[in-house]
Amino acid sequence: MIEISNLSKNFGKLKVLNKINLSCLKGECIALIGPNGCGKTTLIKSVLGMVIPSEGMIEVQGINIANHFEYRNKIGYMPQIGRYPDNMSIGQILEMVKEIRRGQSSLDESLVEEFKLNDLFNKRMRTLSGGTTQKVSATLAFLFNPDILILDEPTAGLDPLSSEILKEKITDVKKEGKLVLITSHLLSELDDLVTQIIFMQDGVVHFHKSVQDLISSTGESKISKAIAKILKTQAVEQNN
Amino acid sequence: MNRIIKFIILDILKNRIVFFYTCILAVLSWSVFSLEDNSSKGLLTLLNVILLTVPLISVVFSTIYIYNSSEFIELLVSQPIKRGKIWWSLFLGLMLSLLLAFFIGAGIPILIYAPSDVGIMMILVGSFITAVFVAIAFLSSILTRDKAKGIGICILLWLFFALLFDGMILFLLFQFSDYPIEKLMVGITALNPIDLGRILILLHLDVSAMMGYTGAIFKDFFGNQIGIIVSLSILFLWVAVPFGLSLKRFKRMDL
Repeated sequence: MIEISNLSKNFGKLKVLNKINLSCLKGECIALIGPNGCGKTTLIKSVLGMVIPSEGMIEVQGINIANHFEYRNKIGYMPQIGRYPDNMSIGQILEMVKEIRRGQSSLDESLVEEFKLNDLFNKRMRTLSGGTTQKVSATLAFLFNPDILILDEPTAGLDPLSSEILKEKITDVKKEGKLVLITSHLLSELDDLVTQIIFMQDGVVHFHKSVQDLISSTGESKISKAIAKILKTQAVEQNN
Repeated sequence: MNRIIKFIILDILKNRIVFFYTCILAVLSWSVFSLEDNSSKGLLTLLNVILLTVPLISVVFSTIYIYNSSEFIELLVSQPIKRGKIWWSLFLGLMLSLLLAFFIGAGIPILIYAPSDVGIMMILVGSFITAVFVAIAFLSSILTRDKAKGIGICILLWLFFALLFDGMILFLLFQFSDYPIEKLMVGITALNPIDLGRILILLHLDVSAMMGYTGAIFKDFFGNQIGIIVSLSILFLWVAVPFGLSLKRFKRMDL
């Protein structure tokens, strides 16, 4: 579904992404993890066409995304920090995006109900808490039944209940055979969701493995511990 | 595209600053026309007020609005919309709502008190000046990511066009008063949209008779129809070029 080859991005002299090659298939739930500033968000934004790559190519469903925009019909994106026009209410934002993407496949408004956004429809965006804003972002991402979901730190700022609702939603769409790409540095949050892990550091993909592989090769039961173990062995190897 | 423009215009019209801007323009225009019994004198006073306030408000408000819409732009960019379309919508939305404010605040009183060629020319010039400075705001806000810097650049540009440029022209005129530089002066005014607008209107008023030889040269150029068409085209270029440059850059920008 998403095919990334030789992707590099420089911000001035800083090399944020360095020759990234990735291939993400449908039906997977992939966690993109790594320390702060390792290029996760830049990678995601490149796929969305928000960041223009310095080198390399990205294909979404077989189409090179350079100078294209139609492919974004198939993507639902939830940004890390969603900020919206201050004067608009939640209802207006949802209406606006619906109107802009009019005539698309059936709408999925289940999250509106589950997050109880109906009661807040008249609230202005500027009066919302960070968590409620995140709920709006999540609702927008899932609204159009996209084939690919890209979620940047989806559970950050959400209360435990809402976070659980969102996770259930992610599990649901995964079952429908869609591709879900999640970034997070809270590894424990992802344990029961993800099927594959991409670990990035300093703009390079360290490994891209399925969770089963990862756990069986390290002998740990939790993803977070498995990754910690890999990192420790690498550090030891480097020191030697 | 219309749908995005509609949302932007609704968002701006709810903004208090635009409302105050309309009110201030209305108060100024109504009071200027009620104080003077001669509508031509009223227009002259209003001209100076408009040429000072309209560019300032247009450029500063637009710049701040563009910076504050950065996340909104991000939201739209992640949707299946062409990038150019977003920038165009933002530009048209801002321009149309400021034009509306100008028309309600200044246009209506002008049409009531001075429904002449000069009055219509004044509305036209005011509208062009609004559009020019919205376009300049787009350029200055895309030059830097830093909001404070962007606003600084746009205020400096306003200061340059509204005040400094005239000072430089005066300096040139005095320094080279022994040489025949009048024709050159006509060319130089094209470099400043505010001056261009001012001259277009002044030459339609009777006061132009008192502007001496330079005034005569100007009248010779700007007074006829070709001159008006040329200067309106130059004003149009002042809208198209800054916006075009910003559009080109926006399409390649990382968000």
